[in-house]
Amino acid sequence: MTGASEIAGEVRSGSRRARDVVEEHLARIAGRESELHAFLTVMGDEARAAADAVDRVVASGGDPGPLAGVPVALKDNMCTRGVPTTCASRILEGWRPPYDATVVTRLRAAGAIVIGKTNLDEFAMGSSTENSAFGPTRNPHDRTRVPGGSSGGSAAAVAAGLVPVGLGSDTGGSIRQPAALCGVVGVKPTYGAVSRYGLIAFASSLDQIGPLASSVGDAAALLEAIGGHDPLDSTSIDAPAPQVTGGLNDGVEGLRVGIVRELMHEIDADVVARVEIAARALEKEGASVDEVSVPAAVHGLSAYYLIAPAEASSNLARYDGVRYGLRVDGEDITEMYNETRAEGFGPEVKRRIMLGTYALSAGYYDAYYGQAQRVRTLIIRDFDAAYADHDLLLAPTAPTTAFALGAKTDNPLTMYLSDVCTIPSNLAGHPAISVPYGTGDDGLPVGVQLLAPALGEPVMFRAAAALERSLT
Amino acid sequence: MGGRITRDDVAHVARLARLRLTDDELERFTEQLGAILDHAADVAALDTTDVPPTAHPLPLRNVLRDDVVVAPLDRDEVLAQAPAVEDGRIRVPRIISEAP
Repeated sequence: MTGASEIAGEVRSGSRRARDVVEEHLARIAGRESELHAFLTVMGDEARAAADAVDRVVASGGDPGPLAGVPVALKDNMCTRGVPTTCASRILEGWRPPYDATVVTRLRAAGAIVIGKTNLDEFAMGSSTENSAFGPTRNPHDRTRVPGGSSGGSAAAVAAGLVPVGLGSDTGGSIRQPAALCGVVGVKPTYGAVSRYGLIAFASSLDQIGPLASSVGDAAALLEAIGGHDPLDSTSIDAPAPQVTGGLNDGVEGLRVGIVRELMHEIDADVVARVEIAARALEKEGASVDEVSVPAAVHGLSAYYLIAPAEASSNLARYDGVRYGLRVDGEDITEMYNETRAEGFGPEVKRRIMLGTYALSAGYYDAYYGQAQRVRTLIIRDFDAAYADHDLLLAPTAPTTAFALGAKTDNPLTMYLSDVCTIPSNLAGHPAISVPYGTGDDGLPVGVQLLAPALGEPVMFRAAAALERSLT
Repeated sequence: MGGRITRDDVAHVARLARLRLTDDELERFTEQLGAILDHAADVAALDTTDVPPTAHPLPLRNVLRDDVVVAPLDRDEVLAQAPAVEDGRIRVPRIISEAP
């Protein structure tokens, strides 16, 4: 498997044509797609044309960009002008956005080739990619298992080598958890570090786009390409992209790392063991590691499953059959709304709209939504206290390795528990990275998670790179 | 907060959310939302006196852009995505009932 950095190096030097890179990856996708179902749309023609354009720039002696010729898979909740963008929902089936997401514009400006749109849980709501209206994605390590979710298509595509890198979105763990279950690197940047313009909204105060890659270095290169201020996103931080590639070899000497006590409970023993091995590896490289408490983190899951559905119920009100997507006709407009939404949304999306509408409704708003927002403040305070004497925190990414297809679909709560270790970072707006770190007792990948305070990406990537090196 | 969420509560919320639910869905959601809200009871029970709510992780206020004209989305491209169009506008079913 060639990484993004190698591909870009070869294409930039003219030793390999971007067109050949794209053809090779399209062939890999064609070879594995029927068994994995990682993609919802493969953009063969667009990718070939974009590759030819990169090759012309190289031939004319111009600069084709830092990611020249690198094929990228996009989770299908990011808008691509003229190319179907479904959110894995019937309600957006066939919709062709009239504009590109900022991340798409930036990838292209960097010379990267958008090669396809990947599968996800409908509207990014889920932890297994089984909630897709177009059928589940399978884990490349074991096709009877889920890839995690909701960015399961991008994670599986990277893990299977169909693309060197992909983008996902992470609202409660939707990049990091599938990265862990598929054995790849997954990053949730600081809230506001990557533009959300053109990312179809799920929970606006939590959503963040980030990279999935087969190495920490490739994830870093991708983050630098997509990050930085965007005037089209009013929640974008007014600063350049986090600079994370430069320090990858700087090591962890002197860093203070805390294992989050609350996130080590009710985690499978083989996963806990990998986190402890990662802690020893960081110590061996010169970091100091101790245990730290983030007490309010135990309430993260409950707070999240009030806040995220509340925001979703508001965001998804726009799917009404009027301006785009599915319309089911009715006698009057209210019937049209009711019927369109009944037919267009799948069960999990309906469940969250219902939960969120309830949490926001008269008489319950303060007890549920308001209270969850106050708990969010407590979680931020507890993180701040932990970071007063720690540079980074360490935790599992997910409580288990990849579980079997169908294992959790009957009980929403058991599925929600998959996100217990990843949710606190979203509530705080902090960055976190999942690094593949060996396997569990079943031979399937385990991810360990490094958490950092807001804009702590440079140190977080340094430590992630050190962990990666410690495995080889 | 009263007792567990009832089937009538769920039907009311479905009306607010403009979502037609089948009897089967009503039944299932009553049970499932009840279980999820039970799980959230620990949060509801926490003492958060004097703790301000966090709506958003960034301290942003009134983000403005420069007052310059930029190209809007292409009208034909936007209308091409609408389920029903008439004379350059999006067509919808009746909104207001006829006078009695």
